[in-house]
Amino acid sequence: MAETTHTGQLNRPDGWRGIAADWASDQRAFKNVSWGKAMMWIFLLSDTFIFGCFLLSYMTARMSTRVPWPNPSEVFALRIGGSEIPLILIAIMTFVLISSSGTMAMAVNFGYRRDRRKTAILMLLTAALGATFVGMQAFEWTKLITEGVRPWGNPWGAAQFGSCFFMITGFHGTHVTIGVIFLIIVARKVWRGDFDIGRPGFFTSRRGRYENVEIMGLYWHFVDLVWVFIFAFFYLW
Amino acid sequence: MVDVTPADAVPPAEVGEMELYHPHSWWTKYVFSQDAKVIAVQYSATATAIGLVALVLSWLMRLQLGFPGTFDFITPEAYYQFITMHGMIMVIYLLTALFLGGFGNYLIPLMVGARDMVFPYVNMLSYWVYLLAVLVLVLSFFAPGGPTGAGWTLYPPQAIMTGTPGGQDWGIILMLSSLILFIIGFTMGGLNYVVTVLQGRTRGMTLMRLPLTVWGIFTATVMALLAFPALFVACVMMLLDRALGTSFFMPAIVEMGQQLQHNGGSPILFQHLFWFFGHPEVYIVALPAFGIVSDLISTHARKNIFGYRMMVWAIIAIGALSFVVWAHHMYVSGMHPYFGFFFATTTLIIAIPTAIKVYNWVLTLWRGDIHLTIPMLFALAFIVTFVNGGLTGLFLGNVVVDVPLSDTMFVVAHFHMVMGVAPILVIFGAIYHWYPKVTGRMLDETLGRFHFWVTFLGAYLIFFPMHYLGLMGIPRRYAELTDMTIMTESAHHLNSFISIMAFIVGFAQMVFLFNLIWSIRHGREAGGNPWRATTLEWQTPETPPAHGNFGKELPIVYRWAYDYSVPGAKEDFIPQNVPGTFGPSREPA
Repeated sequence: MAETTHTGQLNRPDGWRGIAADWASDQRAFKNVSWGKAMMWIFLLSDTFIFGCFLLSYMTARMSTRVPWPNPSEVFALRIGGSEIPLILIAIMTFVLISSSGTMAMAVNFGYRRDRRKTAILMLLTAALGATFVGMQAFEWTKLITEGVRPWGNPWGAAQFGSCFFMITGFHGTHVTIGVIFLIIVARKVWRGDFDIGRPGFFTSRRGRYENVEIMGLYWHFVDLVWVFIFAFFYLW
Repeated sequence: MVDVTPADAVPPAEVGEMELYHPHSWWTKYVFSQDAKVIAVQYSATATAIGLVALVLSWLMRLQLGFPGTFDFITPEAYYQFITMHGMIMVIYLLTALFLGGFGNYLIPLMVGARDMVFPYVNMLSYWVYLLAVLVLVLSFFAPGGPTGAGWTLYPPQAIMTGTPGGQDWGIILMLSSLILFIIGFTMGGLNYVVTVLQGRTRGMTLMRLPLTVWGIFTATVMALLAFPALFVACVMMLLDRALGTSFFMPAIVEMGQQLQHNGGSPILFQHLFWFFGHPEVYIVALPAFGIVSDLISTHARKNIFGYRMMVWAIIAIGALSFVVWAHHMYVSGMHPYFGFFFATTTLIIAIPTAIKVYNWVLTLWRGDIHLTIPMLFALAFIVTFVNGGLTGLFLGNVVVDVPLSDTMFVVAHFHMVMGVAPILVIFGAIYHWYPKVTGRMLDETLGRFHFWVTFLGAYLIFFPMHYLGLMGIPRRYAELTDMTIMTESAHHLNSFISIMAFIVGFAQMVFLFNLIWSIRHGREAGGNPWRATTLEWQTPETPPAHGNFGKELPIVYRWAYDYSVPGAKEDFIPQNVPGTFGPSREPA
C-alpha cells in the first residue's frame, strides 16, 4: 500500500482540534495501516473484552466464594525426582509460549526481507511450539481430571476452581489451536511463494502480501499476552 | 489531514483500487454473493422474516392480556415463551441485524465512496452465520419443551430451572447457542463496517464530511464490538451451568423440595455481564436511528443539519457514556446503594448529549423548506416519540422513583417507546427513503401514508395507556392479571383496548409488506436521485447501483453532505462530488 503523499501544506489547528483533525483526515484515519492490519487490531480489541470478562468473572467467583479456594501452587505441582515442584509444568508452558513469540517476531522480520525459506521455517517452528503448549495443556488437564477435578467440583475446595480453570484455559487453548492452524496455512503460502507471485486466495480470491505474516504475528503475540494475564491471575494469585 | 487550497484541489489517492470478486454464476451473484448490497438485502429479508414471528408472538401475548381466560392454548408457560422470544427477536435478531447488517451493509460503502466493504468474503460469511443463528433460534420452537421462557434477560437461576419453560429442556440451550452464533457472525460483519469507515473512504471524504448516518452506524458498530463480548461470556458460562452443572451463576438452591447440585455461584454476576452488554445495546439500536433521522430531516427540509460537529461529538459521547450506566437496570437487584447513586448520575448525564441532538433536529427544521414526504413524516414522528420515551427514562433513571415503578407496565411502556417504536419508525422512514435506490422504484404513496398514520397513532394508543397501568402498579410479565385487587374494571377495559390497537397496528404492517413487494414491479420509476439528495449513494451511474457501486471512476468528494439551499447555487442541493464554490456553505471549517 502506497505511502501517503502530501501535496498541500499542513494546516493544523492547535491542541485537541488538531488531534481530531488528524484522526478525521482524508481517506484513512491511520495512514500507514493496511485494511487487514486495522481489522486484526480491532478484532483483538474486541477479543480483549472477551478475555477481560472471563477473567473478571473468575475473580468475582473466587472472591465471593465462602469455601476455601484450592492452592494453585499445590494443585499445579509435579512430583519430579521425589520432590513436589510447584508450578513447574506451567513455568515450562509459559517459557515455550513466550519463546514462540520470539520465533514469530523473527519470521515477520525475514518475511519483510522476502526470505521465503527462513520465514516458513520460523513460522512452522512457532506452530510447533504452539502445538507443544497445547500438548502440555492436554497433559495438565488429564492429570487434574485423574485427580478428580471436574467442572462441577473438585476434592479440595470451591467448585468454581474447576469451572474457571477448564473454561479459561480451554478458551485460551482454543485460541492457540486456531493460531497453530493458521500459522501452518500462512507458512504453506510463504513456502509456495504465493506472496511473491500474487496468487489469489482460495476462498477470498484476494492476493496476499508478506504483511499477512505480520498480521498473523499480531494475533499470535496477543494470544501470548493473554496467557501472561491468565498465568498471573489464575496460577500465581 | 491535508488542508489544500484552493478548496477544490483533489487529494491524491492513498490506496490503489480494491480487487473485487466478480461473480461467475447465478449462485455467486444472488445467493453466495460478496456484494455488500446483496448481503444487505439478505440481512434485511431474514431480519424482517424473523421479526414477523416476533410480531405474531406479541399478538398472542395481547390476546392473553386483553381477554384473559378466553384462549385456552395460551398457558402461563406459553405466555412466558412468547414474551421471551418476542423480546429477544426484536432487540437482537431484528433491530441490531437490520440497522447494522442491513442498513450498514447497504449504506456504508455507498456513502463513503467505496466499491464494497474492505473484506467482502468475511462480510458474506457474516450473513450466513447470522442466518444459522436465526435457524437455531427457530429450531427452539420445535424442540421438546419449546423455546425458553426465561424472559429476554435470561436471568439465572430461574432461566435454567425446572419451573421455567425450556429451562431443563432444549429451549435455553438453543437460545444461548443461537446468541453465541449471532455474536460470531456479527463480529465478522462489524469489523468490516468499522475498517471500511476508518480506512476505505474515497478521495476528499474526511470523517467530518461523512453523512451522520455513517457516523451513527459506525459508532454503534464499535460499541457492539465492545459490548457483545460480555454477552458472549455470559452465554458461555450459563451454557456450562446448564449443560455441565457448573455453578457460575447458580447459588445453593432448593427446587421442588430437592437440593440442587449447584453451590456458590452469583446470579448478580450474570446481571452485570448481561447489562454491560444490554445497555450499550439500547444505543447500538438508537445511534444508527439518530444518524439516519438526521439525514432524513436535512434532506426533506432542504436545509443543512444544524450543528454538524456537535451532532458527531454527541454521538461519540453517547456511545462512550453508555458503557458506564449499565447498573441502572439493577436498582432492585440488591447491589450496594452507592452504586445506584453513581449509575443514576451517569444515566442522567447522558441526557445532555441526547438533548443536544434533539435540539439540533428541531433547529434544522426551523425555517426549513419542509416537504411532508413519508420519510419526513416518520422522522418527525421519531423525534416526538423519542422525546416521550426519553422523558420516562428520567423517572426510571432515578433510584427512588424507579424502585416502585420497577417491573411494572411503566417499564414496558418506557422501553417500547424509546427503543421499540422510535427506532422502528426510523427504519420505516429509512426504507421509504432508500427503497428507490435499492429497487429503482418508489413505494406507493397512498399505502405509505396509511401505513404511517396507523402505525404512529396506533403505537401511541398501545403504549400510552401502559404508563397509566404501570403507575397503578400493574406488574409486567404476569400471564394472568384477573384476580388482583389493583386490577380495576377500567384497567381491564384498557388492556382490551390496547390489545385491539395492537392488532390494528400489526395489520398496518401487512399493508407495508404488501407495498414493499408490490412496488418492486409496479412502483413509479424513481430515477437516480428522487429526493434530490447530496450524499454519494444518490450519485451512482446506475440505479440500483451495479457491483462496484460507482462505475469506472470512484467519486471525489469536494464538500460535506449537507449543502442544501446554498444561496447562489442553481439548485437547492449540491451533491458531495460536485466541485466548485457556489455561495456561503455552512460546512464547518
